[in-house]
Parts: sequence; structure tokens; C-alpha cells
Amino acid sequence: MSEQIEQALSRKYDAGFVSDIESETFPAGLDEEVIRRISTMKEEPDWMLAWRLRAYSSWLSMEEPEWAHVNYPKIDFKAISYYSAPKSMKDKPQSLDEVDPELLRTYEKLGIPLYEQEMLAGVAVDAVFDSVSVVTTYRAKLEEAGVIFCPISEAVHKYPELVKKYLGTVVPRSDNYFAALNSAVFTDGSFVYIPKGVRCPMELSTYFRINEQNTGQFERTLIVAEEGSHVSYLEGCTAPQRDENQLHAAVVELVVMDDAQIKYSTVQNWYPGDENGKGGIYNFVTKRALCHTNAKVSWTQVETGSAITWKYPSCILKGDNSVGEFYSVALTRGMQQADTGTKMIHLGKNTKSTIISKGISAGKSNNTYRGLVHMGAKADGARNFTQCDSLLIGDRCGAHTFPYIESRNPSAIVEHEATTSKVSDEQMFLCQQRGLDPEKAVSMIVNGFCKEVFKELPMEFAVEAGKLLEISLEGSIG
Amino acid sequence: MLKIKNLHASVEQKDILKGLNLEIKPGEVHAIMGPNGAGKSTLGFILSGCEGYEVSEGQIEFQGDDLLDMAIEERARKGLFLAFQYPVEIPGVSNMTFMKESVNAIREQRGETPLTATQFLKKAKEACKQVQLSLDFLKRGVNEGFSGGEKKRNEIMQMILLEPNLCILDESDSGLDVDALQVVANGVNSQRDGKRSFIIITHYQRLLDYIKPDYVHILANGKVVRSGDASLATDVEKEGYAFLGQDNAEETNA
Repeated sequence: MSEQIEQALSRKYDAGFVSDIESETFPAGLDEEVIRRISTMKEEPDWMLAWRLRAYSSWLSMEEPEWAHVNYPKIDFKAISYYSAPKSMKDKPQSLDEVDPELLRTYEKLGIPLYEQEMLAGVAVDAVFDSVSVVTTYRAKLEEAGVIFCPISEAVHKYPELVKKYLGTVVPRSDNYFAALNSAVFTDGSFVYIPKGVRCPMELSTYFRINEQNTGQFERTLIVAEEGSHVSYLEGCTAPQRDENQLHAAVVELVVMDDAQIKYSTVQNWYPGDENGKGGIYNFVTKRALCHTNAKVSWTQVETGSAITWKYPSCILKGDNSVGEFYSVALTRGMQQADTGTKMIHLGKNTKSTIISKGISAGKSNNTYRGLVHMGAKADGARNFTQCDSLLIGDRCGAHTFPYIESRNPSAIVEHEATTSKVSDEQMFLCQQRGLDPEKAVSMIVNGFCKEVFKELPMEFAVEAGKLLEISLEGSIG
Repeated sequence: MLKIKNLHASVEQKDILKGLNLEIKPGEVHAIMGPNGAGKSTLGFILSGCEGYEVSEGQIEFQGDDLLDMAIEERARKGLFLAFQYPVEIPGVSNMTFMKESVNAIREQRGETPLTATQFLKKAKEACKQVQLSLDFLKRGVNEGFSGGEKKRNEIMQMILLEPNLCILDESDSGLDVDALQVVANGVNSQRDGKRSFIIITHYQRLLDYIKPDYVHILANGKVVRSGDASLATDVEKEGYAFLGQDNAEETNA
């Protein structure tokens, strides 16, 4: 039985192709000059360059963290190119018609038909192809509601006051090694601003794709939800197959004002490397939300890709009665390593947090949950509930759990539940006896295991996530 | 429908079946009885292709095909159904999802179009009604938190939905009270259409009060030691398996 599972898991990565688009790429290496060039390419104002340079000098004095339960060769930051833009994008297209057809075909291969999305799904898409945002749709309709949804490089020009006011306020420039690197060299990402009392009329969605070989990609996303506003943001990614490891260090900052709500959903399926662990994306992400009074943030992630995942979407529950949620499915196979979880920092009174983490390990992979629940001295009546489940497929993988709990308030309540289970031969036999092939059987069992998380995803994303998991388990990816 | 010739099989290097012969024609109901450890359940697992069972000798022909050559799901899609004695739980996967996938996998094999959610739901509701399971069971996880009796009825419900050609019921009566037993038996009887064949594996005769078999076989020491009509089951009930004779009785304790 386990042989069949093995077989099912050893298929090729379907999204593995490199689109043939001419790119303008910086030579490998990182110094002040490179940062100045990035800033110049993007025609940035001086304050932005100064901000980057301060981040760079912090980064120089920092050490790469080694505490995560992952193993990889030392990254040579001098061997990475820090800027890549599709050449034909120099004169930015005003509509889809002006977009390089090769680029559009790339998206189609990934199943992201922009035209269709525009018409049918009612989703505004800000597609990031490598480092430059190429297409932004539905701008007009969002503008009507007063919502700003644009590439952050554009926001730097058009809304400098907002960017200046909020950039780096949730994840400071020198927060950690990878966040500092991102702050110095970030090329693009999304900027979202929801005005006071506005309920965003549609789900906002960004698809990322790393395309250039040897190009680190450093997205920077900033979402500001003003008092009483509401937004649901979707992020999804795939990457083509290649040999060299690619560094990805993104930063996402969410500012959630009083009574506001942000729902942030991610589906990540970057190239995980081959069965020997060669190639694959190194994914070091810093995601954090700052919640004011009565604010609510919900992080939902489905992580199936990347060779290394280092990611802890967190909530600082600063305001009284604020709520943080983290729902995660992390699937690793082959030689993948994931060290992921969350941090719930309870500072305000009666703050609440829920953590539901589902880790699935197959092949020779290692899947680690790492979570911190911190109850501050003033967090009277704060509550946390954590449920951490691991599912093992085969007998050569690992599941690990590192829960950290710090409570400085005697009235705070922290609950932690954890389980570990296996896809059993009996379950497989039952499914197959009912006519399902082994691949379908594994994917169904795994989908059942992840149900609690999938139901948190927006409808269209939940379908995609289920499908992704199925493809992943077929062995095309992670 | 099914021809088993000189079947020898082992589990973990222990010989369980030692030259079993059995022939089942379309529409027939065969009961397999026998003492504990005689190899009754093993037969069901081998027919359905469960891993861990080694066939060392013999042939099995199913609807003209070599059964031993077929993968588990292939056998299922060609109409072989096993009602489990101890159905396993699959948490989080609803009975509804599970059965819809299953029905459609089998329909695909038959060259039929897949059922839509609405069409499936209609059929599933009828099947539930037949085995007196409330519709909630469609929403619940597969066997998740089901009682023993509910699990058995759920198996019969699945059998009704899948419309198999050969149904193997592995002790579907064990642990059931009289009422539940009747429900299970009625479910089975409703599926007897003169074409569909059944293998009823049971330790006790009482299920056969409700499902009248055409043939009864006594399995002992890995072989069919006696075959007869329904009256053979009654004899077993009266006299126990001791009448099988000295040498067999000895080995059945093993």
C-alpha cells in the first residue's frame, strides 16, 4: 500500500515551465549601489531610498537565524540578482490588450485566465510577474468604493503619505534578518487601503510567480483597514521548475484599525525541488498584523510548495477585544522542509485567538509547527485555543511540534490540543474497495483531515485549495 | 460469476486457505459458515484484493477475467463489493462525498455519465431510507462515531448505491440486535434480482433465517468440508461445528 502512495507522490511538477520572455535582470550581487539602482529603476522619491538604505545597514549587522528546524546550505547573498523585470513592461500596459501575449499564456497555463476572472469571478487581480506588477484590473470599481488596490511601487508615487505613515510600522525594518533584507531590496507587491467604514465590494487577489532564474523575489505587501472597514485578500502562487535554489523573502504588514476586519488567505505552491531535494524555492516570509480595539484578523494558509518554508503569520492583539485567527494546512513531501506556525501576542484585555494547524508529511519530508502564544501582563481575560494536528503518510517523514506558551496574566486562559495520526492501510483499502484509485483515496483522506481549515477559505479559493492538494498528492508538487 | 479453483493462501507466512473450491453462478446466494479461524474473512479479503494476503496456488475467475490479476479498485469497479466486518473511520470526509466519488468511479467504468449532486442525493436518500439510517448520516464523516449497528447498516447502504454484481458480506450480522438484523437482511433481500450474486460470510445461522441462501458451505481448516442447501445451516445451529469430525475440530481451535 505504501508503495502505491509512494508512486502517487513521485509524479512531476506540472507548473514547471519557464516562459520565454525577455527580461532585464541585474547582475548578481548586493551592495548600496544595487539598492540605489533598484530605487532609480522604480523612479522612487528620496525618502524611499533612504528607508531602503537604513534597512540595508541594519541587515549588514544581523545574523541569519538558525533556530528553525530546517537544514539547507548557507545562502550566498552575493550570488543572487536583486532585480528582474520583463523587458516589454518598460512602458507599462494600460490594459490587458497591451500585455505581452507570452505573459498571458503563462498565466493561462497556471489556470489564471485574467479575462475570465475579470468577467466571471468579479475578482480584482494584481498579478505580480517577477518583480513588476503588470496587470491591475477592476481598479475603477474599487475606486468607486474608495478602495485603493495597486502595486506598492505605484503607491509610493501616488499615495506617498499613506505609505510613509504605515510602511514598517508592523514589521520594522530591522525586525529580523529576512525582513531587513526585504526592506532593503523589495521590488514590488501590493498596497491596499480600505477607507473608514467601507466594506470592500470584492475579494482582492494577487497571484505571484517567480520566473527569472537566480532571481530572488522580495514582495512587500501593505494592507491598511481603517476604522470599521472590512476586506478579504487572497494570495496564490506557483513557480516554474529549475535547478538553482531561489530565495524568496516577503514581508506582509496588516494594519487593522478599531472595529476593522481583514481576512488574509494564501495558497502557496512554489516549486519544492526534485525528489533528492535539488532546486526548489527557499521561502522566508514575515507576515504580521497589528490589531487595534475590536479588530479582527484571520490568516488562512495552504502551504504545499517550496523546498524550505519559514513562515509565521502573526497577530499583535494590541487593542482590547481584538481577535486573531490562524488556520493552516502545510503539506510537505519529497525532501521538503516546513517550519511554520504563528505568533499570537495578546496585549489588550479580553483578546481572543484561535490556532488550527494541520500538518501533512509524506516522503522524506519534515513538517514542523512552531507557535507562540504570549499573554501580556495587561491581557486580562485573554483566551487562546490551539489545535495542532499532524498526519503522516509513509514511514520516512517527520512531524514536529514546538508550542511556546508565555503567560504573564493569571486570568488568561490558554488551551493546547495536539494529535498525530497516519493514513492507514485500512483506510486506503476501504477507499479502493469502493472503486477509488490510490491517488484519489489519499487526496480524499487528506482533504478530510484539512476540512476545518478549508472551510475558512473563501469559496472559490477552497475549491482551488482542494484541487491543489489533490495535484500535490498526485506528486506534481508538494 | 465466480470460480475459485484450489485456492491456497497465507497471511504472515501462516497458511489459512488450503485448496478451496467454490463456484457461484449469477443470482445465487451462497452462505459460508465455519468456526472461528477457518479462513472465512480471509476469503473475503483475498477476493477483494487486500494486501498482506499471499496466494500461493490456485485460480479465481470473476466474470470471465482473472481476478488475481486485477487491482483492488479494478475489482470494485467491475462489480465486486465487500461489506466490511469492521469498517474503518475516515474523519472529515463526509459519507456523501465518499459515496458520490465511489458511485461515479464505478459508473465511469461502466461507461455511464457521472451523477450530478442532485441525482446522487436522490439515490442516496432512498438507500438511507431502505436501511433506516437518517439523512444526517450522509453529512457525517465516513463511519466517524457510528455505532456498530450503524456501521453495518451503512455498509449495506453503500452496497445498495453501488449496485454490484457480486456482494461479499463479511459477518454483517455480528453485533446486531434482532431489529437491526432484519434491516440488514431486508436491505440485502431487496437487492436480489436473479442476476446479482451474494457470498454471505457468517458464524451463526440466524442471519440465514432472514436471507435464504441457495447453498451453504462449511469452511474448516482452509477448505470447504461440506456443501448443501439451507438445511445444512440448521444442522450447524443444532449441533455446532463439532459434527465436522475429529481431525477438523482439532485444527479449528488453532
